[in-house]
Amino acid sequence: MKTYDIVIVGGGPAGLAAAVAAKEAGNDSILILERDHELGGILNQCIHNGFGLHTFKEELTGPEYAYRFIKQVLDLGIEYKLNTMVMDIAKDKTVTAMNREDGMFQIPAKAVILAMGCRERPRGALNIPGYRPAGIFSAGTAQRLVNIEGYMPGREVVILGSGDIGLIMARRMTLEGAKVKVVAELMPYSGGLKRNIVQCLDDYGIPLKLSHTVVDIEGKEHVTAVTIAEVGPDRKPIPGTEERYTCDTLLLSCGLIPENELSRAAGVNMSPVTSGPVVNESLETNIPGVFACGNVLHVHDLVDYVSEEAKRAGQNAVKYINDGCKEAEGDNIIELVATEGARYTVPSTINVGRMDDLLTVRFRVGDVYKNSFVSVYFDDERVMHNQKRIIAPGEMEQILLRKSQLQEHAGLKKITVKIEKE
Amino acid sequence: METRELTCIGCPMGCMLTVSMENGEVTEVKGNTCPKGDIYARKEVVNPTRIVTSTVKITGGDKERICCKTANDIPKAKIFEVMKDIDAAVVEAPKHIGDVLIKDVAGTGVDVIATRNVETA
Repeated sequence: MKTYDIVIVGGGPAGLAAAVAAKEAGNDSILILERDHELGGILNQCIHNGFGLHTFKEELTGPEYAYRFIKQVLDLGIEYKLNTMVMDIAKDKTVTAMNREDGMFQIPAKAVILAMGCRERPRGALNIPGYRPAGIFSAGTAQRLVNIEGYMPGREVVILGSGDIGLIMARRMTLEGAKVKVVAELMPYSGGLKRNIVQCLDDYGIPLKLSHTVVDIEGKEHVTAVTIAEVGPDRKPIPGTEERYTCDTLLLSCGLIPENELSRAAGVNMSPVTSGPVVNESLETNIPGVFACGNVLHVHDLVDYVSEEAKRAGQNAVKYINDGCKEAEGDNIIELVATEGARYTVPSTINVGRMDDLLTVRFRVGDVYKNSFVSVYFDDERVMHNQKRIIAPGEMEQILLRKSQLQEHAGLKKITVKIEKE
Repeated sequence: METRELTCIGCPMGCMLTVSMENGEVTEVKGNTCPKGDIYARKEVVNPTRIVTSTVKITGGDKERICCKTANDIPKAKIFEVMKDIDAAVVEAPKHIGDVLIKDVAGTGVDVIATRNVETA
């Protein structure tokens, strides 16, 4: 089997951007492994617009955005294998994969980029009581049926969860003639972007019921009705608040989970908060030469940020190879800590010597904060204090750290990100 | 003077806009971080428009459906008329990104264009 310097697992937006960046950084030995029959990943079914405003300064649909990168991959002559499933990534970075043409094969790689994306949280992980009839879909499955296959999952719809895919599908089903009766969200705030509430729900008069959940599903063969109820601060249903909706379809949009079976089996350290790998400033995991980017690392709201992050992973993989595949020297490692409202940061550590002049640190908050401050502390000294009108769990936040700024603080051990009222 | 609160849909930032109006005319837009927000707010209170995305049936191609969008925004009130034309249309492969699938959809003066490539099977 041919060997490659860099093997990229996944040919979605993260994998494509990482491949292009690695090639442009001078590496000519790159292979993308994709399990679907085409490149582009989930963007192919995201036919709505709103992609690319940051990257291309224009508003594209998902397939158009994907094609911008696919075209670069093709033009640059980057190799890829479709219909190929990666079975294993070993600690020594040997990638085992299989497909119909090659059978099972192994590629010893110098660097591996994890770009497997994420999966939807399924019904089984939600503990919804009731029957298990046909007509219950994850929002993304419904999206695939409608947009790729051209089938309508149903005509009368209830949606549980206000994640972006659920909101987008509320509009999509409505446009195709279905009646979306209600979107129920367990939390007291929406999990999706504000703009999607406006243009997918408000535009079509679809009610969003916050602090509500599904308490019963009726129908033995097919869904016939769904009952939702209000939940208290403990997220438990309040008796007497039940409302029954007759419907033939229940869509679930209850969160995305990074798909890290391969990473775990490889021995990559995982963050219990993001369910993605713990990475340093180079987006490198605890295994030197194994990088992670995109939704496999932490779930993003915007593909533009995925592309940007993946570009850095691609560049850093080339840098790692050019530097002789050595473990990073850890003389000055700064720890990043998320606390008081901030749930996590990506990256988790910074090696000042290896960081770019400007480093983007991304994080999410655990609750809705109005007129609050994003604060950054260098050890005990507050160095950043930015007021925001609203900070919400559904919208990823970021701070920028300058290398010069970190170098000026000699002996800096800990950078803390938190949300403060004043 | 009346004011209206809007959430900008121009980009995922979702800026909260305050539009001041007098006698049906916009006098001021506040809260936007870019010119897009100003344009959106002025349109939204007088004649709201949207881009519509969907899929069109395609024959002779390597896919069953081809995804599409209106080349420009169309009046919000015309969304369902546009969808009717889109659902009735059948096009033939091959089609490529930017190809016109439906001309002057629902009399809006706007074309529906392909947003992916579908090659001949």
